[in-house]
Amino acid sequence: MKLSGLRVYAFAFLIFLYAPILLLPLFAFNDSTVVAFPLKGFTTQWFQNVWNDSDLWQAVRNSLLVAVSASVIATVFGIFAARASTRYAFPGKGPVMGLIMLPMVLPDMIMAMALLVVLLAMNVQLSLLTVIMGHVLICTPFAVAILSSAFQSLDKSLEEAAYDLGEGPISTFYLVILPLVTPGIISALLISFTISLDEFVVSNFLGSKDKLLSVYIFGQLRFPKSVPTIMALGAVLVALSVALLALAEFFRRRGIAKTGLKDTGGFL
Amino acid sequence: MADAKRGRLWGSEAASGLGLVSPTALYAILLLAAPLAFILIASFLTDGYLTIIPKFQLCNYFGECSSYKEVDGVLTATQKYRGAWTDPVLFSVMVRSLIVSILVTVTTVALAYPMAYFISFNVAPARKSIWLFLITIPFWTSYVIRVFMWNAILGFSGVLNSIMLGIGLISEPLNMTYTMQAMVVTLAHSFAPFAILPIYVALEKIDRSLLEAGQDLGETRFATFLRVTLPLSMSGVVAAVLIVFIPTIGDYVTPKLVGGAKFPMIANAIEVLMLKGDNKPLGSAIAVSAMLIVGLISVLFLFVNRRYLRGPK
Repeated sequence: MKLSGLRVYAFAFLIFLYAPILLLPLFAFNDSTVVAFPLKGFTTQWFQNVWNDSDLWQAVRNSLLVAVSASVIATVFGIFAARASTRYAFPGKGPVMGLIMLPMVLPDMIMAMALLVVLLAMNVQLSLLTVIMGHVLICTPFAVAILSSAFQSLDKSLEEAAYDLGEGPISTFYLVILPLVTPGIISALLISFTISLDEFVVSNFLGSKDKLLSVYIFGQLRFPKSVPTIMALGAVLVALSVALLALAEFFRRRGIAKTGLKDTGGFL
Repeated sequence: MADAKRGRLWGSEAASGLGLVSPTALYAILLLAAPLAFILIASFLTDGYLTIIPKFQLCNYFGECSSYKEVDGVLTATQKYRGAWTDPVLFSVMVRSLIVSILVTVTTVALAYPMAYFISFNVAPARKSIWLFLITIPFWTSYVIRVFMWNAILGFSGVLNSIMLGIGLISEPLNMTYTMQAMVVTLAHSFAPFAILPIYVALEKIDRSLLEAGQDLGETRFATFLRVTLPLSMSGVVAAVLIVFIPTIGDYVTPKLVGGAKFPMIANAIEVLMLKGDNKPLGSAIAVSAMLIVGLISVLFLFVNRRYLRGPK
């Protein structure tokens, strides 16, 4: 095979990428409180700990509530912005879209602190609601990116055909455009959901005593005793997110097949 | 007549566009632009006890400031502190953050380029999306746990030491945790897909017949790469550099978990100043300085690479 050096490099790189998450199940089943080699023996105790930890389940419930709310709101915002930017020319489009997409590159900490200082100055009580507000900011650019490509791949003549056949703008949107971008909407929802679930900095600083899962995990990692339980939890999370991603990829591909375009690859 | 009609059409199009984008835009203005503006203003004001006193000053950046507290209705100076660029500790935090971000950016992009090249040039078209999928999978699972796992890999009795001891590469385990290098490796790992994807997209756009032309005209493969492929893919490299560099300088989790809090970066300093230290003007000044550094370097970098970024004529 030609250029086999590059192929070897590619596989070495995959090992580098996967090393942290492949080690998770190893330590999750390891019968030792120390996360180190050599491995001691097989145990499912850490998974039992995960199952019996009521604080953790409360954190999971909080995280799910926040992730569902944030992903739905971010996707709705994403639909508005993506449709506006792909279909219309309007004054100030560059700066406005730039501001909406800014959280993709702006350090989370600066965003979280800026929002926190303003909320504190306005005497707003920190709660899951303030966390949702921050998560929406972070998820919206990703939803816009995914939905923009969905709206862009729409054939404009389909819309014009609907107008010619006597439909108004709103019914055209519901009857023609929405069904065609539904796969994009679903994958925007799933990606936003995953990002929100994983987010730490905003969840930590805009949150109250109602901890989210990522904040709970960060707190537990300070105690060496609870690290193996977190390894087990991590292994479960890896399995779940792979399943979610496979689902998102499935919908994305179906969307591409529907609009009759060629598959150009990943999410970003 | 035609002009007037076009004007009206454009007007209605602008109105529909603005109307559609307004919910999202309003949200971003209220919850992002306004707080950022607030931070910018606060960085020029005076620190009070649990409040900000609206008195303009520059000393949060340069020079020496005082914090104030109201005692019997009179504002009294309680504590002196130095501005972000004058205080040696804060200045060294900024320099460290900058060094770490530059190291991470160089490492990440240098490691990502061959991978992107491999996927674009050596993988069959039908299997490209599988490879891209493979690259993104590890990054959708708990960020905090992923960062923490590097302690388990680089630790004294960690995976890497065990392997190297096992194959006789070293006789004593190496001390790798709680170092700047460990932070660089961890961050390079965290940002890998963000570097690979833009480079891959740029490589995909290259017209393959240009490469054949280069070789038909007698260039070696390597010379073709240097003179055709690399310049044409620079737009992707530039995007990758910015997308890695900007968020890295504000990373909070890695200095905490992998740096063992021994190498605080800007985000950690902001946390301490704003929350534990209750000095919001100074914290804001650090945040604004960080954005300024990042912005200036990005603009400079774009300027240096401007000849690669021009579109095809």
